[in-house]
Amino acid sequence: MLNVKENLVVDFSPSLLEKFGEIVARYPEGRQKSALLPILHEVQAVYGWLSADMMDKVASYLSIKPIEVYEVATFYSMYFLQPQGKYTLEVCRTGPCCLVGAEKIMDHLEDKLGIKEGEITADGLFSWRGVECLAACGFGPVLQIGPEYTFYEKLTPDSVDALIANLRTEAQAKD
Amino acid sequence: MGRKLLLTHIDVPGIQSYSVYKAQGGYRSVDKALKSMSPDDVVEEVKKSGLRGRGGAGFPTGMKWSFLAKPEGVPRYLVCNADESEPGTFKDRYLMTHIPHALIEGMIVSSYALGAHTSFIYVRGEMMPQIRILEKAIAEAKAAGYLGKNILGSGYDLELYVQPGGGAYICGEETALLESLEGKRGNPRIKPPFPAIAGLYGCPTVVNNVESIAATVPIINDGGEEYAKIGIERSTGTKLISAGGNLAKPGVYEIELGLPVEEFIYSDEYCGGIANGKKLKAVVAGGSSVPILPANLITKTIKGDPRLMTYESLADGGFQSGTMMGSGGFIAFDEDQCIVRNTWNFTRFYRHESCGQCSPCREGTGWMEKVLYNIEHGRGTMNDIDLLWDIQRKIEGNTICPLGDAAAWPVAAAIRHFRDEFEWHINHGQEAQSRNYGLAHYADPLEVVTES
Ligand SMILES: Cc1cc2nc3c(=O)[nH]c(=O)nc-3n(C[C@H](O)[C@H](O)[C@H](O)COP(=O)(O)O)c2cc1C
Ligand code: SF4
Ligand code: FES
Repeated sequence: MLNVKENLVVDFSPSLLEKFGEIVARYPEGRQKSALLPILHEVQAVYGWLSADMMDKVASYLSIKPIEVYEVATFYSMYFLQPQGKYTLEVCRTGPCCLVGAEKIMDHLEDKLGIKEGEITADGLFSWRGVECLAACGFGPVLQIGPEYTFYEKLTPDSVDALIANLRTEAQAKD
Repeated sequence: MGRKLLLTHIDVPGIQSYSVYKAQGGYRSVDKALKSMSPDDVVEEVKKSGLRGRGGAGFPTGMKWSFLAKPEGVPRYLVCNADESEPGTFKDRYLMTHIPHALIEGMIVSSYALGAHTSFIYVRGEMMPQIRILEKAIAEAKAAGYLGKNILGSGYDLELYVQPGGGAYICGEETALLESLEGKRGNPRIKPPFPAIAGLYGCPTVVNNVESIAATVPIINDGGEEYAKIGIERSTGTKLISAGGNLAKPGVYEIELGLPVEEFIYSDEYCGGIANGKKLKAVVAGGSSVPILPANLITKTIKGDPRLMTYESLADGGFQSGTMMGSGGFIAFDEDQCIVRNTWNFTRFYRHESCGQCSPCREGTGWMEKVLYNIEHGRGTMNDIDLLWDIQRKIEGNTICPLGDAAAWPVAAAIRHFRDEFEWHINHGQEAQSRNYGLAHYADPLEVVTES
């Protein structure tokens, strides 16, 4: 669902616009709409989610209608239409990973972070959700963290604890 | 030891890089094709090899290529399907991570064969690390003169791009993939027209799986006939199998087609048996869409012959007692796993991934998920089993794309072979509700029999 309450108005930086240009150049004349999915990923990598204003600006950049952007952004599971935690832990919840303990990892995350799926911790650092098969079933349970989709395999409650501790330290170091 | 054609050099340090890959004999197929073969010669070799599409449907690759329309003045496209989202399948991600140049080399040879001058690798968006790896490999190949204008002085031009998806299993379906590549929702198109006539931007297009494309490299290097010597009947060559679930050694294995399933599961060269010394209960042999089989039917056909890893042998017995090769996603279930819970999980997956265009698929997957949820949580009735059967039958064959079938088959097969477990959940509602994750000791894998 489109988030109409919480709009974030932005100005795309020159370097971001330059990236848009490189992407559009891949496609034949008049087929610049092909750049839509890659460009939305670039925008999300900068702002962490997609606001209506960002989508409208992408539409005008690509000379397409805003609705063409909204319908894509709402179809695909990777685009966030609300703000997320700084780190969104996405755990695979599909059958093969469940055979090797994915459900226990999700329960553990819920306890450890004290938030349900889709919520954000009070410090704004973490959110988590279950996602579908990440094509790593032989190395499960697995989770990924955007925007670079860093991958963590063969998770155990201990390795999840260590990961969360590391991310906390990383976030503090950046502040 | 089985022969390896795709993963031969996987253990060579630095094989991700162009220089090491090249030193191991990489890019020979491009040299050979561009210098001494016509595009039609390349198509001919692929035809001779008997290679069948590795993305799931198993359609002969050479034949698919020969259907490509070639109207004057209209560009043609090759699009590599690297959407890999079928639960249980993780071979393409593995190949792209470890030997990215095998895919790039295959893309160049295949694009040359088809007369494509712009080709795309559509990678699921979650595989950002693999996208970075492929982009680097493409830049290296370009710097070495294998991409761009006038490749190796042959006069052939090719640009190759990586396109990220947005997270949607349905974009693995080839026409949904093309829609997505055009910047739209991944709604499958009604066929005909097939992509070979009207694909990307309405132009003739071939869509092939990562592994199919990579397999063209050894085929061009050694000749199609040499490739066809491996395997049995119409299952030629080697195949990457993604082995997951409760196996001692899960991972990606390259096998010669024709390997006995029993050897694949139990030999130390491959999966090394079931993890933690447990017994095998069931196998989904080709990705979540294909029918699940109980242990006794996965290692032997209903006639008692050893079952082999070939398209024909896995399908022996039809859906009554057989299954399908699919994408090679081999999922093993040990004796503790609950078939009802897994079926509910898979159905939830298909409901989540249905694009929603066809009512049987959109509504049917939602109903099946709810009914299965109730059964799994001890709130089902005996009528629910018949209801599930009825819903899946009404989805199958009544939809625009095969996702509907893919959602129906696992439910049908689970009921066909494990009806007793569904009945147990219904008769033991309290216990089913209080159980932790899929503890299913009550179902002795050796006593599972097939019916109907
Ligand atoms: C729902 C659905 C998902 C699919 N997912 C994939 C996929 O992830 N990768 C793939 O190569 N083929 C997938 N396919 C099969 C493709 O439609 C197509 O047959 C295949 O890419 C052709 O390549 P091949 O001939 O080399 O196998 C899927 C099909 C369906 C119906
Ligand atoms: S079968 Fe399902 S996924 Fe395929 S087009 Fe119809 S609704 Fe979409
Ligand atoms: S089921 Fe988790 S990665 Fe495939």
